[in-house]
Amino acid sequence: MAILDLRQRSGYLFLVVTLGQILLISAQVNTKSGVPVIEKVTFGIFSQVQLGLSHGFSGIRNVWTGYVGLRNLKVENDALKRDLASAQIAVQEQRALADRTRGLERLLELREQVTLKTVAANIIGGAATPDFRTLTIDRGTRDGIRTDMAVIAPAGVVGRLVVPSSRASKVQLLIDRNAAAGAIIERTRAQGVVVGSGDDRLRLEYVSEVADVVAGDVVVTSGIDGIYPKGFVIGRIEQVEKTGGSYKRITIKPAVDFTSLEEVLVVLAPTQRETGEGASE
Amino acid sequence: MKAIGVILAVAVSLALQTTAARFLVRGSVAVDLVLVVVVYVALTSGPATGLLSGAIAGLAQDALSSSVIGIGGLAKTLVGFLAGIVGTQFIVTASIPRFVVFFGATVLHACVFMGLYELLDLRHFGTPYAVVAGQATANAVIGVVAFQIGELLPGAVERRRAGKSRLRR
Repeated sequence: MAILDLRQRSGYLFLVVTLGQILLISAQVNTKSGVPVIEKVTFGIFSQVQLGLSHGFSGIRNVWTGYVGLRNLKVENDALKRDLASAQIAVQEQRALADRTRGLERLLELREQVTLKTVAANIIGGAATPDFRTLTIDRGTRDGIRTDMAVIAPAGVVGRLVVPSSRASKVQLLIDRNAAAGAIIERTRAQGVVVGSGDDRLRLEYVSEVADVVAGDVVVTSGIDGIYPKGFVIGRIEQVEKTGGSYKRITIKPAVDFTSLEEVLVVLAPTQRETGEGASE
Repeated sequence: MKAIGVILAVAVSLALQTTAARFLVRGSVAVDLVLVVVVYVALTSGPATGLLSGAIAGLAQDALSSSVIGIGGLAKTLVGFLAGIVGTQFIVTASIPRFVVFFGATVLHACVFMGLYELLDLRHFGTPYAVVAGQATANAVIGVVAFQIGELLPGAVERRRAGKSRLRR
């Protein structure tokens, strides 16, 4: 009966709900202490739902790829054999090149090298609202994952961990509006900061107007932000505009296709330069 | 019973939004399925149900998005309430008026959501006119299609039975 009254007085209900949410916002905006508890609890619960759904979807996909989608297997197999043959040749070439590089390193006494300890993770969900570019992975604190760890893919940098729960974690993609990374242009070593724009492109900011930058240049992480390891590909410069100010306006096409990501690697070890051999999972 | 249906619809849209994000977010066009459900519920059930479903859906989205909890909730509460009022005060049964309501609701949602973030200096959106227009169009198309399906489905079985019985005669 009381609920019926409330329904009839929707104006009052609207005021109460609005006021409640304004108070809720006010309480959070003043707080600067990490992740709110309510967010962590909600994410922890919902990540279980995402895990279940992801397993369900992957089951259906496995049935499809394992049984229904085997029609073109012969053609695909032939193509893969050809690819494997050319890849084996490329590996041999790379091995020879690596041997030569190691020899040169020894010659120059460049013993310092970067080693990364990583853990593989599957993507089990995307962003709950399109205004935020995040995704959920199936690894959490029990796998040694912590906030601000870098997330990478074979193609390049994916993002950083923002909310870890015990069995899942939320990753802020580099294309999110609030994401940024220290960057360097591989060819000229000009430094800048890569920031997300909310769509499928990145911006490279704070690059001097006089810096040598052209479309097609590869942008890699500089490592100065303390999150992303140095030398990982961010993307390729798509457009360079002169603004007339102190800095250029540079647009980057990310190396990673964020719409087709299925697996990523979380960098567990610190990103500073280390000496000696490291392990990679 | 209706409340359970609304909560279920919001939960399903939220699950779909997160699991199918790669299909729903393409370049500058990003569909907000949860917002579509809120407007749908508001148009079919009135302002009270609309604002409550908006509040629940928005708060859930906020909690899952590392954002300030309440901003999305407030935006969706307002949208649900106003869409409910539009649904009760005007005849919104044809496709074009429905398209306009979904489009307007998305624009209003974006204004409140982005406006609050800008106002509190928490996040900057630049000039997102194209993004909002793309999202509003996509949401409106999905909303109109959802209404068409919602209206066609209940009578489909009866129509099929009637068609079969006519053939027998």
